[in-house]
Amino acid sequence: MTAATVDGNPAPSGPERSSPPKLIAFFDRMDAYNNVLLPLLAIVSALIVGALIIGVTDIDRIKDGDIGGILSTIKDAYLALPSGALGSLRGISETIVSATPLILAGLCFAVAARSGLFNIGATGQMFAGGMAAVWVGFSMNGPGIIQVPLALLAGIIAGGIWGGIVGLLKARTGAHEVITTIMTNYIAGLLTLWLLKTEAFQQPGKDNPISKTVSNEGRLPKLFFWNDDPSQPLRAHWGFLVALGGAVFMWWLFERSKIGFELRTFGSNADAARYAGMKPATLTTLAMFIAGGLAGLGGASQIIGTNFNATESFAGSIGFDAIAVALLGRNKPTGIVFAALLFGILEAGGRKMQLETDVPLDVVLVLRALIVLFIAAPALTKLIWRLKSEGSTSVLQFRGWGA
Amino acid sequence: MSTTQTTESVAVPSPLTFEEKRHARNLGIAYILLAGITSIFLTGHGGTATFNLDGGRSFGLPAQPLAWFVAASLAVVAGVQLWRGFGKWTNVVLAMASLLIFMSFLSWAAAGLEFSFIGMLASAVTFSTPLIFGACAGIMCERSGVVNIAIEGLLLNGAFTSAFVGSLASGWPGMGPKSGFWVGVVAAMITSALFAWLLAWLAIRFKVDQVIVGFFINFFVLGLTSFLSSRVLTENPDYNDTPTLGAWKIPLLERIPVLGQILFQQTVFVYGAYILVAVFTWFLFRTRWGLRTRAVGEHPRAADTLGVNVLRLRYRNVILAGAIAGFGGAWWTATLGRFNENITNGRGFIALAVVIVGRWHPVGALSAALLFGLFDSVADKLSLLNTGLPSEFIKMTPYLMTIVVVAGFVGRSRGPKAAGQPYESQ
Amino acid sequence: MELELRGITKRFPGVVANDDVNLHVRGGEVLALVGENGAGKSTLMNVLYGLYKADEGEILIDGVPQHFTSPRDAIAAGIGMVHQHFMLVPVFTVAENVVMGVEPTTLGGIKLDLATAREQVRTISEQYGMHLDPDALIEDMPVGLQQRVEIIKVLFRHAEIVVFDEPTAVLTPQEIDDFFVIVESLKADGKGIVFITHKLREAIKVADRIEVLRRGKTVGDSDPKTVKDTELAEMMVGRPVDLVVSKEQHEPGAVVLSLRDFTVRDPSGRLLVDHLNLEVRAGEIVGIAGVQGNGQTELIDALVGLRRVSDGTALLEGQDITTANPRDIHHHGVAHIPEDRQREGIVKDFDITENLALTGYYKPPLSKGVSIDWKAAHTRAEHLVEQFDIRTPSVDTGVGTLSGGNQQKVIVARELSRDLKLAIACQPTRGIDVGSIEYIHERIVALRNAGVAVLVVSTELDEVMALADRVVVMYRGRMVADLPRASTTHNEVGLYMAGAKESAA
Repeated sequence: MTAATVDGNPAPSGPERSSPPKLIAFFDRMDAYNNVLLPLLAIVSALIVGALIIGVTDIDRIKDGDIGGILSTIKDAYLALPSGALGSLRGISETIVSATPLILAGLCFAVAARSGLFNIGATGQMFAGGMAAVWVGFSMNGPGIIQVPLALLAGIIAGGIWGGIVGLLKARTGAHEVITTIMTNYIAGLLTLWLLKTEAFQQPGKDNPISKTVSNEGRLPKLFFWNDDPSQPLRAHWGFLVALGGAVFMWWLFERSKIGFELRTFGSNADAARYAGMKPATLTTLAMFIAGGLAGLGGASQIIGTNFNATESFAGSIGFDAIAVALLGRNKPTGIVFAALLFGILEAGGRKMQLETDVPLDVVLVLRALIVLFIAAPALTKLIWRLKSEGSTSVLQFRGWGA
Repeated sequence: MSTTQTTESVAVPSPLTFEEKRHARNLGIAYILLAGITSIFLTGHGGTATFNLDGGRSFGLPAQPLAWFVAASLAVVAGVQLWRGFGKWTNVVLAMASLLIFMSFLSWAAAGLEFSFIGMLASAVTFSTPLIFGACAGIMCERSGVVNIAIEGLLLNGAFTSAFVGSLASGWPGMGPKSGFWVGVVAAMITSALFAWLLAWLAIRFKVDQVIVGFFINFFVLGLTSFLSSRVLTENPDYNDTPTLGAWKIPLLERIPVLGQILFQQTVFVYGAYILVAVFTWFLFRTRWGLRTRAVGEHPRAADTLGVNVLRLRYRNVILAGAIAGFGGAWWTATLGRFNENITNGRGFIALAVVIVGRWHPVGALSAALLFGLFDSVADKLSLLNTGLPSEFIKMTPYLMTIVVVAGFVGRSRGPKAAGQPYESQ
Repeated sequence: MELELRGITKRFPGVVANDDVNLHVRGGEVLALVGENGAGKSTLMNVLYGLYKADEGEILIDGVPQHFTSPRDAIAAGIGMVHQHFMLVPVFTVAENVVMGVEPTTLGGIKLDLATAREQVRTISEQYGMHLDPDALIEDMPVGLQQRVEIIKVLFRHAEIVVFDEPTAVLTPQEIDDFFVIVESLKADGKGIVFITHKLREAIKVADRIEVLRRGKTVGDSDPKTVKDTELAEMMVGRPVDLVVSKEQHEPGAVVLSLRDFTVRDPSGRLLVDHLNLEVRAGEIVGIAGVQGNGQTELIDALVGLRRVSDGTALLEGQDITTANPRDIHHHGVAHIPEDRQREGIVKDFDITENLALTGYYKPPLSKGVSIDWKAAHTRAEHLVEQFDIRTPSVDTGVGTLSGGNQQKVIVARELSRDLKLAIACQPTRGIDVGSIEYIHERIVALRNAGVAVLVVSTELDEVMALADRVVVMYRGRMVADLPRASTTHNEVGLYMAGAKESAA
């Protein structure tokens, strides 16, 4: 963790050892090696492999032997990513729109992971939270100052209960959360689909499963509220601030609160937690409730900030992408915010890339997967970059299907 | 056994463990609940449901009397279960009871309507096919101690590669669409095996957590196939066009009434699934490979001290499982004749549930897959009939069932002990 | 066949586990290797079985030097090992377990020939009078029979030298008798047997020669026909040379902890702690001696609320704590230094401050409302690091990077730095350096002098003898002796530990 690991915490690079000791101390304190260098290398590795894939699949140019053309395609594509995402206010806004639910769902995975649980149920928990929020959103017509917090709260509670059930099942029966969360994801998806066809939810006059629309009052305010150019709508909303609040909450939970300390202890060493008088069953349920609440909040902010009505796919692949976000952010709140923003950049920039080059948006999915690979397999990344091996903590260890 | 049994500090063992007693009690309560549900909900429709069989034959079931009969039977079964249990007949009784409820449910839903019974069962068999391949791949990995969450990705890769390579190969000299398709299938098996090797390599060589590696493979394959599909297939529709595989009727057997149409007028993939289950079961329980596989999944250290190469066995099994999943993925191509983005749509995760509900046994997985397939096909058929019954709840049943099984409410499904644990020889 | 170990030396960082060990055993002979826990027996056997590589020395079979790099080599050379923890697949049958790795097959090496396997297993089983059903499932069998499966596994691979590692540790007396019959028949068949044990009576009963190992060295070779168990005990335990704790006389005060008929069972109903009656007074150190696995762990776990008490009561200053949970126990002024430091005592990913807050984080002064006052925790940690002489760069250092001794000091500081009625220390100095041992011992004596009741559990007899005012010995879950330290000796306690003697305790 710190200076005590005398066996050469290889600072970012060798020759810079003589740089001011203050800087080294600073890097040491934030564990720069694991939290900064490794993610950076993972991203660079992923971009290189991604470039290879773009190049190899460029069949027409390969047929023509147009190597220069291939290289310039890759260059254009990779330049389009940052310029599309950050080159304009619109791009920044879209980046934020994509990142917002990813932050909350990523926090959801991380809270459970740091408590020793493999929660891949963010999708289902988002469905639960989003449906609760949309119901508050369209059925009420009160002032926004009441309705918006109420919708968010409904999202937290619904998502929390949906996650808490999994925790309770694990605590009471030992049912493995990997299986139960996969199953509750499907169940939540089907329940959503069913609800969207009921009279209570379905938009009047529609045949397809789509909910009524959230009232104007019940929507999250726009982040760039000064923009009133209707031809250039900036969709980013206060959900982003809510997500940042979620990150602060997670930081407080694990760094300051008693419960968070218990969760952390339980996640690192369940025997020590028992020895210290903590209650594993309660902690398991609570961890899943909090995790589910964060994902539920993500679903709620997606509904009342971005979509304004629910469809059968509003949680989309966010729940699964969030696992990648949490892994890249090493289950830490700051890391998750940065990771989600990076994924947001890929998403928003990817659209420009698709427009300007012939590289499809789906390459973003490939890049994300590769980033996960290089993050999850630090030994592989080190091997590629010829770094000396150093004990880096594994993110989470699967503990068998349980008896 | 021994002539000298130990006595000193061993308590008198009860014939049933605590957990078994709890399961028996839970089962009894479940029967009572089912009897209640049947008598309240399924007695609501008058009229007769007509179930069409092949050749214009059919049979009718009066919904209301049947429901009352089923409810009464369930009440009796519940009483016996709580009173003294059914011993070794427990599962048979459970199966019979489930069948009764199922028939009562169908006649309730289709009361006054006509319903293609055979068609429903035949499509259940069809739906279950990719699940069987996926589940067998999962069992092969998990029995040797590797958790494989990546079945989804391996199936998806199989679907993509068989469509892509199959289309390409049909244009090769001397190849027709049919033979080209089979070249695609072989390519699917090889590439999925490669992805499986990647999984094993990352999990064994770099000790990355197996669930996380599995997720990576899923992400990666989804991304890569979607990317290739939009970059290559969309621009060259010729590269995404294979023949669909028609039914291959088995002479004589296909003429068996009812069963013939369900089982023996299917595609090669369906027969392949059954052959796979039979061969795999035999290999798993009757051969040297099977013995070692199971040992490595349960107690790798014990196998290692006896000279079994744990890691090599795991590599081999995972790679072989990849090939099986690749073949299973080709089912989509054979059925649809093309590839679409995310065509497997989570069936690989369902296969994982099939593994668990089937208790890590190929035959168990076959039954579970058929059951899952049945729920899908019932949901489809009933929504066609416009019964007003939300098909979502029928589709949900397998998932709820999976939770019930992993929670051990009724019998515990016990996985291989060492699944998910990296192995290090000393 | 003759096996010889010549000059085996095996070093681990900081320890010499085996120091120039010489051993030999011939076919048709039983060699007992006796020694205390930690004397180096297991290391020696792991060297022999190819699991460790010796730093010096060589292994010879019939005079030919061998190079074992894995158990496979050892098996091929005719050495078989029956591990203390059985290497059996619980869901397999006897026959399946036995043949794995060298399966009889048909169909060109594919199909398992279980019929032949069964027959072969039955033959061996009958030959040595083991009466095993080849089709029985391991998980349904009592431990004694499982051990026979291990023996058959070894014989099936044509072992000429069979090593038994603490074979009787998990057996009942009846099973032990059966086991000796089997050993006799193996011997009669010309197999060489190495019998590792710390139970002197058993060694004398079954061995042709006894070799004593102490602190990694062979200290003597005795003839069981002539040697007395007291002599062996002395050779095994040695004299209390390097453990001297200075402590003056101290009169114990009122009873603090009182156990009546204290009983613990495992889920299958087996007795782990058998109707134990014990009192610990204020200002008194009671040492619980005993070989590992005789119920000490379960006794303490049940006492501190980590395991259910099946029967009997525990009173702390008259208050019933039989069903209290660990938090209550802590609240009542009981300190618990756990037996397994790494597993329970610390969280390796946490820093020192966090580890020092592990049992007190939930109440003031460490917490305020729902949050933890890390500033206060930090200050307290710095204070404790100073006070308990924990050697660390800072209190933000990860505990995982500290030495064993300093990790243990963190636990000791956490547990002993508050008002206590009772302190329970389990294996307080296992695997730590001499300086830390002395320091922790001083702390324990200081507690006693301050009027705290102290319960020390240790499998190191020297430690118990150095610290305790009263020595209690546990054997098979029972308390077999309760002796005032002043009027007992190492040898006497050693005999109780080995089950060779039983007082009317």
